[in-house]
Amino acid sequence: MSTTLPPTPSQTIGPFFRFGMEWLSGRAIPEAEPPGALTVTGRVLDGDGEPVPDALVEAWQGSVFARSLTDAEGRFRFVTVKPTPAAGGQAPHVEVSVFARGLLQRLWTRLYFPDEAAANEADPLLGAVGDPARAATLVAVPGEDGGVVFDVRLQGEGETVFFAW
Amino acid sequence: MSTVAERPAWTVDPPYGDPGYRSTAKRAPHRPLVPMAPELAPTTGPVFGEGYADPEDADLTAGHAGEPIGQRINVSGRILGSDGRPLAGQLVEIWQCNAAGRYAHQGDQHPAPLDPNFTGAGRCLTDAEGRYRFRTIRPGAYPWRNHPNAWRPAHIHFSVFGRAFTERLVTQMYFPGDPLIPFDPVLRSIRDPKAQERLVSAFDWDSTEEEFALGFAFDVVVGGHLATPPDPA
Ligand SMILES: [Fe+2]
Repeated sequence: MSTTLPPTPSQTIGPFFRFGMEWLSGRAIPEAEPPGALTVTGRVLDGDGEPVPDALVEAWQGSVFARSLTDAEGRFRFVTVKPTPAAGGQAPHVEVSVFARGLLQRLWTRLYFPDEAAANEADPLLGAVGDPARAATLVAVPGEDGGVVFDVRLQGEGETVFFAW
Repeated sequence: MSTVAERPAWTVDPPYGDPGYRSTAKRAPHRPLVPMAPELAPTTGPVFGEGYADPEDADLTAGHAGEPIGQRINVSGRILGSDGRPLAGQLVEIWQCNAAGRYAHQGDQHPAPLDPNFTGAGRCLTDAEGRYRFRTIRPGAYPWRNHPNAWRPAHIHFSVFGRAFTERLVTQMYFPGDPLIPFDPVLRSIRDPKAQERLVSAFDWDSTEEEFALGFAFDVVVGGHLATPPDPA
């Protein structure tokens, strides 16, 4: 039996992280752009529908990592790839973290793809959301040049589904 | 008071909505969080090797024309999993304000001086024992507009990735004996006083350098946040 150490608690990223976190923003990880790369754009919006200009968005899908800092309009943009279907009957998806001033802990959400209707229908996590209108907040919409658009609404009308873990 | 999405009772982390921290009001989700079943959670996360942090990136006092103003300090510790394992090759990112409490950020316009010899951002990779070490200057306290005469205790922001997406952590390190600590809504958003204490570094003779720098020790433990602990395979 291994020891169990008490975890270090989370704190907000605060408003002034740009000069510390921007170096990794927009950088492809791994460096070589993988085949099937697509661009995700979106906005982070608060409970009044106002843009969140001081958010940090990170994406992970099993091999490709991306970080993007929102601009004055709350916009972010990153490159990812649509993964092949995951084990356990999960539809292709990208894990997304959102950090911001006013978030004491990151928010965890997921991006599912709009051209995977059948797989999304069978996805156990989308199913666990219950309300189809809420689950729909996790499915991106088609964008330009084969990319997708994924807006994150932190609170209120059309609030994005976030996970507890 | 509107309902606020609560994190489960087993977490050490603060709730999203906290009336003491005003900026949560329009940003904390209101709908219930959907529990992530452990078997659906990702088991991988990004790995950052050499090329993401050079040795000079760990010295925040270097890289400028002159020395920054302030008390020189060494900040060091280990990045560990909640199973006690040291995490080697972990990318650790830090950022902070200068000795006067001012951030090198356009949004920070409060009337304290910028230091032309200090930016306040650093990064490093942990060694085989999970150790990191930064040289920097002690950050100042700074005012914020959360409530009348509000001041943040001195702190350094920390970012680590852990072994999987679930272990990603951004937090803040505080300094022992800071008189502002008991009044800070951000630190007090953590409900468990013992968990609050884990964010306060310890003065450390071992990393204190004679006639040069004070040492502070701060360990970070990631993981242990899942509802069902991961199988210790
Ligand atoms: Fe700060």
